[in-house]
Amino acid sequence: MGLMKTDEAFITTKLDEMIGWARKNSLWPMPMGISCCAIEMMSFAGPRYDCARFGSEAFRFSPRQSDLMIVAGTVTYKMSHVVRKIYDQMPDPKWVIAMGACTSSGGIYRTYSVVQGIDLFIPVDVYIAGCPPRPDNLINGLIQIQKKIARGEKPGQSEKVYIQEPSRIHERQTA
Amino acid sequence: MAIGSKQQEARQKILTALENQYTTVTFDDPLENDMVLNMGPQHPATHGVLRLLVRLDGETIVAAVPDLGYLHRGYEKLAENMNYHEFIPHTDRLDYLSPLANNVAYVLAVEKLAGIEVPIRAQYIRVICCELARLASHLVWLGTMAMDVGAVTVLLWGFREREKIQDIWDIFTGVRFTTSFTRVGGLANDMSPEAIAATKIFIDELPASLDECENVLARNRIFIDRCEGIGYVSKEDSIAMGLTGPLLRAVGVDHDLRRDEPYLVYDQLDFHIPVYTDGDVLARFYVRMTELRESIKIIHQALEKMPSGPVNAHEPKKVLPKKERTYGKMEELIHDFMIVNFGINPPVGEVYHAIEASKGELGFYIQSRGDGYPWRLKIRSPSFVNIQSLPMMLRGGLISDVVAVIGSLDPVMGEADK
Amino acid sequence: MKDKLLNKLNTQFKDSIESVSEFRNELTLYIKKDDIVKVCQFLRDDAELRFDSLRDVCGADQFTPNNRFEVIYNLYSLKNKFRLRLKIRVDENDIHVPTVTSVWQTANFEEREVYDMFGIIFDGHPDLRRIYMPEEFEYHPLRKDFPVMGIPGSLPLPRK
Repeated sequence: MGLMKTDEAFITTKLDEMIGWARKNSLWPMPMGISCCAIEMMSFAGPRYDCARFGSEAFRFSPRQSDLMIVAGTVTYKMSHVVRKIYDQMPDPKWVIAMGACTSSGGIYRTYSVVQGIDLFIPVDVYIAGCPPRPDNLINGLIQIQKKIARGEKPGQSEKVYIQEPSRIHERQTA
Repeated sequence: MAIGSKQQEARQKILTALENQYTTVTFDDPLENDMVLNMGPQHPATHGVLRLLVRLDGETIVAAVPDLGYLHRGYEKLAENMNYHEFIPHTDRLDYLSPLANNVAYVLAVEKLAGIEVPIRAQYIRVICCELARLASHLVWLGTMAMDVGAVTVLLWGFREREKIQDIWDIFTGVRFTTSFTRVGGLANDMSPEAIAATKIFIDELPASLDECENVLARNRIFIDRCEGIGYVSKEDSIAMGLTGPLLRAVGVDHDLRRDEPYLVYDQLDFHIPVYTDGDVLARFYVRMTELRESIKIIHQALEKMPSGPVNAHEPKKVLPKKERTYGKMEELIHDFMIVNFGINPPVGEVYHAIEASKGELGFYIQSRGDGYPWRLKIRSPSFVNIQSLPMMLRGGLISDVVAVIGSLDPVMGEADK
Repeated sequence: MKDKLLNKLNTQFKDSIESVSEFRNELTLYIKKDDIVKVCQFLRDDAELRFDSLRDVCGADQFTPNNRFEVIYNLYSLKNKFRLRLKIRVDENDIHVPTVTSVWQTANFEEREVYDMFGIIFDGHPDLRRIYMPEEFEYHPLRKDFPVMGIPGSLPLPRK
């Protein structure tokens, strides 16, 4: 339906769209920073690739106060129980980003102690490829989740979005 | 959720370990009640997934037990199943704050085993790689330790400088972060003039930024009060515990592998090793700040003294040839095929080689039976041994000092859990 | 330094040393399993040798029918700047090894790691638990007969 402007100072819209707009522009992430991807997530929150301009101002380390969980790093079997516990503590609606190759499918570790993809025990909304993905890629993932919220889809149950590595921005000279 | 009997046994075992720790602090509380606090794997200040169980009497710590293994990825088992070359990207992810240094350490051990001599230009470039990696690691340490103690500004300044180093790595190796740049017998690529210019500009501007950070912290009454006298270890205990790196230099032991067992071209470079005697968190802070400035000096000298020449050793059966040549020349194609499929086949034997990484002594122990895969590869990681000394440092302190002590220890769980 | 070391060890512990070898300028000694604590104590306390730092303890699985495992100790002397390697052979049927935590405290975590990965039991260790794998895990991962990809069902996963 969208926004309808009239001559007087009124805007009409649907309540769902209003709520969706508010939710998507204030996604507070809970960083589940486990290993190397956590450092790129810290760069993503750092001064250069600033995520605060997208609304993710406060990185809440408490699950009760956040609505987006960014799982960054290899999840082992020992750690999977902890991740599940924290996911259960988050209030609805909650979204999950699987950052990096290790969380999407086990990554370069095909070993006895690494879970081959966190979607074996958590519903995931966006998978981001890369080892580690550049912070630009993570911003792309965040924007995809915002688009998902704007479309009004329920978290974890609708079509998954896959984000690939970006192509080289400009050519580099090799020696 | 009901707990199974096996998990109850496991829980009991770790609580018994906490009870049996030798305690020298008596209980203040007449009721003699103590509390077990779990600083769990997911915590804003534990530098990764380190779980710490702390037994408290009020606010005083009576005993502490670290619980590792939440990031155990099975590196040593993986190494037995892949070529020496295929393991190089895995070494990046060990101490993920300074990936180039791990690459250099692993490749030095393999070259010692295979008996390959690397040309001088490659050794100078590897020195620059190691020192840039040390700078990057210490900048993250500075930011996170200051943030844990309360000064959040320094975190953003540290990350701003680290972004500049990552830009240099982008030009130099092609990747921002996990570089996998060194190869057995040399490097993947030569250092282009663009990269050299970028490095020079960076190290000319860095001392000013470091002065800015130091002015905020080093004479700050709050920071000094928070860090002085905390987390003390004595000299004999440090050596018995096997601590290395800045932790050992903060207790008064003058030991640095770059000077005592020189590898690469460190014996031709002139640098100073900072040694302080206090042994507490503040001394470690000063040691690392001085090391930052010494690294800048080393990079200056290496850039000046670097000769021109080849970057890879001339050993066709062991060193991967350049990709462009495999498309045109028959010999290179055959060697490429043999090395990628069957490995480099070093002689039968075992070797241990260690370098001075930013956290301490990073060593690789390789046993070879003559074929392309190592029979056994062990990684001696400094963070694993440094975490062992945590209970000794925390005993008798207050709960609010735990964060400062862990910050000064600078553990990286990717290394400690392998 | 190397000759001094070998002389001293030959005079005192002639029966304990099984063999001496050198590769790429590194000295390796094979010691009898039961004498390891005495030799380590001597190496640490001797005024000239002063091997006061144990840098690494690791295990290895040679996969031979006799003397299947090995435990390797990498020592370093801060005063003389000299490295030494000691190795002991452990048989699968008699898998107990005396601990060196009384000589160097750093062996605590390292021996726990060898126990976790290989199953070698250290007698006299103050706290022998698994360190990397969860306590309920039944296998020892770094043995050569354990597959890299693991045994499905050996580690529990939370339900979705």
